[in-house]
Amino acid sequence: MTGLFDIYTTLFRTDLAVQFQYRAAMVIWLIGRVIEALVFLSVWTAVAESQGGQVGGFSAGDFAAYYIIMMMMGHLTFTWFMYEFEFRVRSGSFSPLLLQPLHPIHRDIAMNISYKLLTLVVMLPTMFLMVGLFDPTFNTPTWAVWAAVPVVLLAFLMRFFVEWALALVALWTTRTEAANQVYFAALLFFSGQMAPLALMPEWVQSLSALLPFRWMLAFPTELLLGRLEPEEVLQGLAAQVIWLGLAWGMMGLVWSRGVRRYSAVGS
Amino acid sequence: MSAVPAIAVRDLSKTYEVPVREGGLAAALKSLVHRQTRQVEAVKEINFEVAPGEIVGFLGPNGAGKTTTLKMLSGLLYPSGGQCRVLGFEPFKRQRDYLRQITLVMGNRNQLIWDIPVLDSFERNRAIYRIERTAYQRTVDELTELLDLGPLLDKPVRNLSLGERMKCEVAAALLHKPQILFLDEPTIGLDVTMQRRIRSFLAEYNQRYGATVLLTSHYMADVEALCKRVVVIHHGQLLFDGQLSELVQRFSPHKTIVVELENEGSDLSVYGEVVDGVDGRVSLRVPKAETAQVTGRLLSEQAVLDLTVEDPPIEDVIEQVFAGV
Repeated sequence: MTGLFDIYTTLFRTDLAVQFQYRAAMVIWLIGRVIEALVFLSVWTAVAESQGGQVGGFSAGDFAAYYIIMMMMGHLTFTWFMYEFEFRVRSGSFSPLLLQPLHPIHRDIAMNISYKLLTLVVMLPTMFLMVGLFDPTFNTPTWAVWAAVPVVLLAFLMRFFVEWALALVALWTTRTEAANQVYFAALLFFSGQMAPLALMPEWVQSLSALLPFRWMLAFPTELLLGRLEPEEVLQGLAAQVIWLGLAWGMMGLVWSRGVRRYSAVGS
Repeated sequence: MSAVPAIAVRDLSKTYEVPVREGGLAAALKSLVHRQTRQVEAVKEINFEVAPGEIVGFLGPNGAGKTTTLKMLSGLLYPSGGQCRVLGFEPFKRQRDYLRQITLVMGNRNQLIWDIPVLDSFERNRAIYRIERTAYQRTVDELTELLDLGPLLDKPVRNLSLGERMKCEVAAALLHKPQILFLDEPTIGLDVTMQRRIRSFLAEYNQRYGATVLLTSHYMADVEALCKRVVVIHHGQLLFDGQLSELVQRFSPHKTIVVELENEGSDLSVYGEVVDGVDGRVSLRVPKAETAQVTGRLLSEQAVLDLTVEDPPIEDVIEQVFAGV
């Protein structure tokens, strides 16, 4: 255990050093994320205003709060491995990872978390600035803030494992862009990014409850907006735990098969 | 050969399935419906053993199956047939205890992180290989001294020259003091001085830690300097396994007589094939069996200032080996 702690602290430290080298790229990524939130926020605020101040129970202030929280949730849970793995396999940098006495997922967890911690330094002030500018409406009870701790953590973990497992498709084919596109389109639609799920047709809402995306983004966002009852939160937590278990199992299976395939065909 | 070999390879084979497609749009469309593949036998039932502490040169032209074999031995590739054991482990299982005792250095691949100082990459390996801190520091000091890394350690990898980077790559790969070194073209692209440096370092490492080394290189100087024994493969098959000197004996039917005469410009083509003539020194290639007789004739018939009999350069011998297949 002390060995793993040492590994993580060393990886964190060196990953931070790497990310400092890419300050400009990082800022551009963050600007992209903020612009995305601003676009959705502006569109839906305009729609609300044109409809007499409300759409489906969402006021302009509700939309502002929704997209500010959604932006933070997106930031805290996102990963880039579905693009990274293709590069690793194509460039041959995956092979050395296999020959080290450490499962590559540890490196990726450390890298992802160090990136998040570093960028929060920029994202948090941005969030407060947006709160000042757009006058969002928060009706968040204190219990919901506490409940958000495990919910956000589970959202991060389940998204991490789902995307890491899907990233392993690169071990079969290095043309993964198409599969990635399908995944991200589904994520945009069913996670509540494009529009709050409450505004979506009934069938989208039913389907989104069965898919993992809602539990990654919409659920923690709605919780932090104070839109969920305690029993809904418990149901959501249960869904997250189930999806985490499924993602974990899928990841283990895909990993062992993918590596076997990779070691059969080489790189 | 020692009772327990460090590396034991029995009937080891690797067959790849590769897609076959002719050029052009029609062939591309056809391959959508009917995908054709063919089997390529990269390695065919090869056998050899390497004793602990031995340095063996693994030779063969491009595509001979050298890298495939090294990948199977290190655990990256799953063999299609036969078996290999390294330090008693089955490499493809990639058990941690196994991975902690081996290293694979590929001259054309980088493991160091591009953006951060070399020492930070070393630190990552220290943690990943769970090297105890004092032992780690001692190893870094030793490697720094042996490879003259002092001025490089705090530089970002992207600011290093190819040779400097390679020295650091080799050091990073050895921090955990592996017992088995798989080296695939470790000196590729380096200048002569740097090649020599890496070479003498590898010899020193082998002496100091008794490590077993399996090395591929296209630079025969590497092989001559480091390996008494060579294993030669071609088209995936083992052609030769023995002492380097024996390889020369077996595969070179010629010797080279280098002779310096008082009267420059004499025609020596009657004695053998003149292959070189610089500054009054003439190199003659003669059949091995006739060497003694030709030497005698030269000495009695010509005013000889100096005469030496040499084996042909190892590159020529290797060329002979592959030409004969």
